Amino acid sequence: MTDRPRRKIKLDFWFFVKASVILALCLFIVYPFYTILTKSVFSSKVEGITLYNFQRFFTKKYYYRTLLRSLVICSFTTLFACIIGVFIAYVMTRYNVLGKNVLHVFIILSLMSPPFIGAYSWIVLLGRNGLITQALTAIGLPAPTIYGRNGIIFVFTLHLFPYVYLYTSGAMNSIDSSLEEAAENLGMNKLKRIMTITLPVVLPSILAGCIMVFMTCLADFGTPMLLGEGYTVLPVLVYNEYMSESATDPYMASALSVVIVACSMVMLALQKLVVEKKNYTMSTLRPPQETKLHGVKRFLASFPVYLVIFFALLPQIVVVCQSFVERSFSGVVQGINLNNYRAILKRLGQNIFNTYAFSLAAIVFIVILGILISYVLVRKKGKAATVIDTLIMFPYVIPGSVLGIGLIVAFNRKPLILVGTAAIMIISYVVRKLPYTVRSGSAFLYQMDPSVEEASINLGVSPMKTFFTMTARMMLPGIMSGAVLSWITCINELSSSIMLYSGKTSTIAVAIYQEVVRMSDGTAAALATILSVTTVISMLIVFRATKGKVKIV
Amino acid sequence: MSNEVIIKNAVKRYGDFTALHGVSLNIEKGEFFTLLGPSGCGKTTLLRMIAGFNSIEGGDFYFGENRINDVPAHKRDIGMVFQNYAIFPHLTVEENVAYGLKARKVDKKEIDRRVKEALELVQIAPLASRKPSELSGGQQQRVALARAFVIEPSVLLMDEPLSNLDAKLRVQMRSIIKKLQRRLGITTIYVTHDQEEALAISDRIAVMNQGKVMQVGTPSEIYAKPENPFVAGFIGVSNFLNCDVVSCENGVAKVSIKGELDIDVPVRKAYTGKAQLSARPEQLFFSETGMPGKVMFSTFLGDFIEYEVELDDGQMLIINEYTKDTAKVHEVGEKVFISFDATRISLYNEAEEVLSK
Repeated sequence: MTDRPRRKIKLDFWFFVKASVILALCLFIVYPFYTILTKSVFSSKVEGITLYNFQRFFTKKYYYRTLLRSLVICSFTTLFACIIGVFIAYVMTRYNVLGKNVLHVFIILSLMSPPFIGAYSWIVLLGRNGLITQALTAIGLPAPTIYGRNGIIFVFTLHLFPYVYLYTSGAMNSIDSSLEEAAENLGMNKLKRIMTITLPVVLPSILAGCIMVFMTCLADFGTPMLLGEGYTVLPVLVYNEYMSESATDPYMASALSVVIVACSMVMLALQKLVVEKKNYTMSTLRPPQETKLHGVKRFLASFPVYLVIFFALLPQIVVVCQSFVERSFSGVVQGINLNNYRAILKRLGQNIFNTYAFSLAAIVFIVILGILISYVLVRKKGKAATVIDTLIMFPYVIPGSVLGIGLIVAFNRKPLILVGTAAIMIISYVVRKLPYTVRSGSAFLYQMDPSVEEASINLGVSPMKTFFTMTARMMLPGIMSGAVLSWITCINELSSSIMLYSGKTSTIAVAIYQEVVRMSDGTAAALATILSVTTVISMLIVFRATKGKVKIV
Repeated sequence: MSNEVIIKNAVKRYGDFTALHGVSLNIEKGEFFTLLGPSGCGKTTLLRMIAGFNSIEGGDFYFGENRINDVPAHKRDIGMVFQNYAIFPHLTVEENVAYGLKARKVDKKEIDRRVKEALELVQIAPLASRKPSELSGGQQQRVALARAFVIEPSVLLMDEPLSNLDAKLRVQMRSIIKKLQRRLGITTIYVTHDQEEALAISDRIAVMNQGKVMQVGTPSEIYAKPENPFVAGFIGVSNFLNCDVVSCENGVAKVSIKGELDIDVPVRKAYTGKAQLSARPEQLFFSETGMPGKVMFSTFLGDFIEYEVELDDGQMLIINEYTKDTAKVHEVGEKVFISFDATRISLYNEAEEVLSK
């Protein structure tokens, strides 16, 4: 249905939706990034357009080693997350692990918790004054340190292996069991079956999970900032170049941003090349059977899964416990009480209010836009829909801190001054978290037969009214499960908030970061507990609403 | 109010591909009219143009006096039954059926009355407050049917409504639909690829192929007098034989089949030269003279026996012989002679136009 030269552009509601969505995306994604791009080729030291910043980046060790460190951290994290994720996915889908449904929920919860809370908890346990560190020192043993490269990889791995697990277990559940039976029937032993049939078939999904891990690692700011100490990675350097009082260089920060985005784009291109070309569509007539293990064997299969999940959830537990412990400035325990909560309500009430108010405002926009955009992407295919589809996925390759900088440089001058306002925080949330809702909404809509809408129109209800009373309503489950994910990531958002906040618009996540830096563990823990509890409640609502069939990835 | 439907020269294009090449049809008021053809013939495309879900690239569509080309789908006053039923999943059976009446702002009491009546007509009144997910396929089909006719549309459209049902239910629903249509007298346009269904249910059928109408007629006309080889082959079983029209006098053609059999066929216009004839399996019979052949296979089917006979040149023919007409069963391998009932076969010239009367 392409060749219609005389077709006029219809000035209807959907034209208006498409035009305004494209305009908004250009204004809040393309324009900020364009501003960064142009800033990156200028410098305060050289006249005119120059590659000076990039030249400096690739020649000065201070700069280029952050890229190498980022790549080292991302690579090792991806490797370890892959091994752990695939192993747990295999055991969980093929064996009768005790309480596997609950474990599945726990794994998702550990992914959904804010990453920097993990970093903070491990500092509480293994930091300089950490609980374990002190205990080990007391009995004269050397304590491992959580700071630096290894610590970052450790925390990232525990936080991100769920991506690999979720992708892989999804694929493993969709392998028809006759596939493996056919291999068995043709004379393959068990190990060879796994190596020649199971693994190759789920490989695209494993790779997709790995790329998610890699990209999240590359963009994350909180964890390496808290744990890095001297070990500076690229997003931390961007922050330092842009924010620190000593060496503010917006041009260099812009150039660094371009480097990060370039790395993400390479990863995304790799994904397109490797993953999408090798994706198998399978018709699952008979889902794979789980093997029933008994006694010791069942324990041996379950134990590693429990161990990993225990470590993954440990930060949450530590944070909650810690939030009830009152300490003096020197770290001595004063008592178990609610004083930390009293303190944050008194001192940081504004942050708590901001977090919920901004996220709620963002979610209202996200839900409305999510419904409209999903509908355009699925039912109104065309050039405009393709443009929107591309733009909407852009935030996947732009790390939060980079988008933050982009919004600052784009909107700190007339005609549109937004820096320091609540609006810019909300805009950054909407732009960055919208993809979750759009993806979930459009996936849902794809499974909805268009004839239902046609039946309504046919019975005399206008297309517009059909959309609002019928289609939008039926899309709601898909939209809402995406919106809850958007909501959870909004309240836990740090990397763009820390760039964009002002005194009045600070959030819980920003406050936790500042409290940790200030060594005020108790209040940080209380704040983190508030976020964790909100996250868990929100997740439980989705699980209840979708009967456990929530799609995170 | 029920209405006649007139389609003049309908054209549909998808890019460079023309899906409909100027289709014209006159569907009478209250008629059960079927669009029949293989998949991809354009029958659903045409139906969706009538409904207003496909754009119209050429031609005129009328409901009675009103040209509907530019009337939006929701104002055409059409009832439609979709292939997958398209039941609104979040509404109860009652609410589904009431949906179109509410859109027409019918009085609340009137809605209740008509919904109840419609549900009784399709025999699902006890299920009124169920959700669609609690219904079987056949029950959903009835809801879709009630929802479409309860608005008393000027035209009822049905897009392969029975294709998702199992064989037994299909026959049952077929007769329900037919009786309901008779009773309500709604002009109905029905799309199917199943020729048996079309023959059983329709007042008239339009056989379509590759975006063209091949023949319009009553089921018996289409079966007995197919106007071209496509219809002859698509509806029922036909044996095709190449032949020559040797001469043509006084409306009777002398036809020679492979030089082995000569028959006289009454024709509507004069023609000599190469031709093609088609004969139904029951229009062929075993005789003392005729085309020589050998029985290759026989299937006993109760009221008749189906034989596969190989002619000397290798062509296979299918012959049905009714058991009540003959006591003799031909053995496999038996040498036989085949003859025709020349008044009932169809004869086509090289341009595939029908010659026989």
